Amino acid sequence: MPVQDVSAPKAQGHDWWAIGKDMIGTAIVAMLIMWPIVAWKSKITQYSLEIEPRWTLVFIILALLLATRLAMHLFVWNRAPSPVAAAARPATPAKATLSEQIGPWVFPVLVAFAVALPFIFHFERRPIDLGIYILTYIMLAWGLNIVVGLAGLLDLGYVAFYAVGAYAYALLSTVYFPYWFGDGIVPWAFYITLPVAGLLAALWGVILGFPVLRLRGDYLAIVTLAFGEIIRLVLINWFSFTNGPQGIEVPKATFFGLPFKAGPGGFADFFGIQHDRIYYYIFLYYVILLLALLTYFVTNRLRRLPIGRAWEALREDEIACRSLGINTTNTKLTAFAIGAMFGGFAGCFFATRQGFVSPESFVFIESAIILAIVVLGGLGSQIGIVFAAIAIMGSFELFRELSVFDNYLPEGTDPVHFRMLAVGLAMVLMMRFRPRGFVTRRQPTVFLKQRKAVSGDLVKEGHG
Amino acid sequence: MATAKKTPVLSAEHVTMRFGGLTAVSDLSFEAYPNEITALIGPNGAGKTTVFNCITGFYKPTEGKIALRHADGTEFLLERMDDFRIAQHARVARTFQNIRLFSGMTVLENLMVAQHNKLMLASGYTIAGVLGSGRYRRAEKAAIDLAKSWLEKVRLIDRADDPAGDLPYGDQRRLEIARAMCTDPRLLCLDEPAAGLNPRESEELNKLLRAIRSENDVSILLIEHDMSVVMGISDHIVVLDYGQKISDGTPQHVKTDPAVIRAYLGVDEEEEERDALAARAVAEALGGQA
Amino acid sequence: MEYFLQQLINGVTLGSIYGLIAIGYTMVYGIIGMINFAHGDVFMVGSVTAFLVVLGIGLTGGSGLLLILLALIMVAAIAMIVAAAYNWTIERLAYKPLRGSFRLAPLISAIGMSIVLQEFVRVNQEGRPKPVQPIVTGGYEIMHRVSEAGEFIVRLTNMQILIIVSTLILMAVFTVLIQKTPLGRAQRACEQDQKMAALLGIDVDRTISVTFIMGAALAAFAGLMFFLYYGVTDFFVGFLAGIKAFTAAVLGGIGSLPGAMLGGLVIGLIETMWSAYFTVEYKDVAAFTVLIIVLIFMPQGLLGKPEVEKV
Repeated sequence: MPVQDVSAPKAQGHDWWAIGKDMIGTAIVAMLIMWPIVAWKSKITQYSLEIEPRWTLVFIILALLLATRLAMHLFVWNRAPSPVAAAARPATPAKATLSEQIGPWVFPVLVAFAVALPFIFHFERRPIDLGIYILTYIMLAWGLNIVVGLAGLLDLGYVAFYAVGAYAYALLSTVYFPYWFGDGIVPWAFYITLPVAGLLAALWGVILGFPVLRLRGDYLAIVTLAFGEIIRLVLINWFSFTNGPQGIEVPKATFFGLPFKAGPGGFADFFGIQHDRIYYYIFLYYVILLLALLTYFVTNRLRRLPIGRAWEALREDEIACRSLGINTTNTKLTAFAIGAMFGGFAGCFFATRQGFVSPESFVFIESAIILAIVVLGGLGSQIGIVFAAIAIMGSFELFRELSVFDNYLPEGTDPVHFRMLAVGLAMVLMMRFRPRGFVTRRQPTVFLKQRKAVSGDLVKEGHG
Repeated sequence: MATAKKTPVLSAEHVTMRFGGLTAVSDLSFEAYPNEITALIGPNGAGKTTVFNCITGFYKPTEGKIALRHADGTEFLLERMDDFRIAQHARVARTFQNIRLFSGMTVLENLMVAQHNKLMLASGYTIAGVLGSGRYRRAEKAAIDLAKSWLEKVRLIDRADDPAGDLPYGDQRRLEIARAMCTDPRLLCLDEPAAGLNPRESEELNKLLRAIRSENDVSILLIEHDMSVVMGISDHIVVLDYGQKISDGTPQHVKTDPAVIRAYLGVDEEEEERDALAARAVAEALGGQA
Repeated sequence: MEYFLQQLINGVTLGSIYGLIAIGYTMVYGIIGMINFAHGDVFMVGSVTAFLVVLGIGLTGGSGLLLILLALIMVAAIAMIVAAAYNWTIERLAYKPLRGSFRLAPLISAIGMSIVLQEFVRVNQEGRPKPVQPIVTGGYEIMHRVSEAGEFIVRLTNMQILIIVSTLILMAVFTVLIQKTPLGRAQRACEQDQKMAALLGIDVDRTISVTFIMGAALAAFAGLMFFLYYGVTDFFVGFLAGIKAFTAAVLGGIGSLPGAMLGGLVIGLIETMWSAYFTVEYKDVAAFTVLIIVLIFMPQGLLGKPEVEKV
């Protein structure tokens, strides 16, 4: 089906009448959209609510919009399909082979860079923090990729498993472990909880996965969203268990029992080096790097096992799977469980990195961001996800840095808010211009003579 | 009939399938015998695919019993089993009228997926597999060898590493049969395997099906409109019309059965040969849906 | 008994609002088979627009009844037009180019659009909820009983009457629109088979656009009512209300207009009764649970048609 544009391209000349009509229409719709939400800003003053008019802003935006649209009419939409574009087409396969040539090198280079990162940046705090941040999302996206990218089940509640992992660590390390085993256990809590958090999350994956098995498509997406929200609401409201919206302070992880503190008995003391807080962050960085790599390699191996092939087959055609004797129920459940398990690991790590957990960290938007990374990376592609996570999380950080907006935004408006706006826009634009993500080709899991990547046009996206 | 003395591999007894007010299959009983090719024919909308869906568990018949027997005497009541268990334990494999390959996976991968249960066991339900057990590696190698042997039989060995979705239509049909055979079935249900094939390809299909029957311990149940295929290879034909069985017997018997001629042509007396041709023409004119 | 009656009134009021939003989901799902995830946020846009216009024209509860009524009709019209403009634009920009693209694309695009709308309103209007004084005040005590256990009053406020009556009127107008006009016929034809409808000369694109516009208008009206009822609105009201309305649409049988209204009432009642008899904290959990149960056990809903898996 051809992509229909707002205005159909014209072969030659300008139909001024049509352009004029379109400009007027655009202006009317744009004004309806901007008035009153942009033009009338409500403000709480000392005594009452007031409207602060912002017509200048509105007319600037309108002028820009109309100018852009006029320019599009004059220079872009009126072109006949150019012979250049047609000639450029055969170049695509050549480019694909190039990417196939460098393909095997991309991952090792990325890993080498990741391992060296703290040294490259001379143990500076910011790049390491950013590294931790991005790696956490890479790991989450790799986990979700199992469910969405491989098994083709659209899960909008993935953040629930992240929450299960985080709260597992928070509750076990602060309440249950000290109660069961005494305070001596606390330095080791992270190491003990990590597998427990993964298992708990996997268990929840099965519990939540079980009822939704019969659903497909959009319904599955909505139900998983509902499950995610239920978990968050319970975390908020079950005050006696989770401490409600105030959240829980959690202990820091230790280096195999050695706390990162100044003075005797600490990490620095043990190794005879100067105490510096940065060691803790470097430690955290390598922990998440290891966890992420674990996710990568386990997933990669799973893809080459019958279970992984069954996931992908499920994405391609569920009915055919059943006709071949594949228990699709179990196959879906394992996808949910294993995806959830990695989410649980990541959640446990997140809790210790933050030193604090609260339900606020596990909102729907988080699920949407992780999903956006998976989709932008290219459903099923692990390498693509790395680049997508760097692009999305990196641009978040850029927004944090942007202070240009500060000057002409009213106080109280944080440029950070624009980043969510950007995420939303990115999701829409992505679907429009590159719905298959960065890496569209699928690597086969087994081959006789030659490993040939499968074009994205053939790969299905599952039942939702 | 010589076949009547053998124990049937499949026996459907009084099978009825209703969808709301519509009765797609009513009180159908028939049998299929070991190592025979049984064809299920009938005009469009006669309920043939519904019968297939009942046998393979995608639908649960409203009434009736479908039993499948293995050579060792084990009996499976298919109407009580889940679809995937029918494939896994009763060993019934099927193909689909509108081909259902895993189009984004390679030809070889399609055949590997078909050997899922065997490999799953060998991989210690994934756990040993993740740890890299040698047993799984050997099992996978054997699975690849089996896939290779089937690819040679269906002449797709050169395309093993290509995506299934890239194959031409006739090759996809053959790949789907190979995939079904990789599950090592006792009963192979083929839903219009010759639909969309040219005469040369249907001839080849005939050969393939005969070879499958003679070289494997499998019975074939076939829905087909292409009378050259049906008459050429079936040992036994069951004719359905409006969900009811109107004839059952050898090709020779069915060809001359007035009830069949009525169902296909709406007239009583016709030459044998013209029946078959006309029936085929009618079927083709009405397109590929049953 | 009095308590129950009171909750019934509250539940029906809330249910009317959900029902109006649910119609938008059901119509869009019926015609293009996608969940317009951003629909809840279109409701929010309608609600915030209504709030701003009320503030802008300085409407307060102190004005005369007739004046308030006239002003509210104007506010409703503005909110409906603005929300319609939003939904029309969303459809044009985010969904229409994706028709025929891969199956998840529209849903992901809709999630993106939902985020865009929320953040757009938040950036422009700040995040804090801004309460206003009630505008439609007063009401009737329809039952008043004093017994040993205490005083029981059942109140039906003017606001509740306004919501229920205007919903009924809108529903009536809307039903006529769908059943009696060529536009409604075109819509039903597109629901059945878009290709065939196009072959018969129906402008499918236009019909889809109109569907989005109508859904938005109803949602915006619900937004106005929501704002008047609670006296407060913000950029985030669309998320929960949207999910509940979606639940209503599914419960009623997606694609069915009376079903959407019925589903809305049921959801409104469940939510109020749950809050009244169990815990108010878990009322949203209750709504989500209903959603899950309905989708899993009766995905065809109360008034929908069951679907047979095609092999």
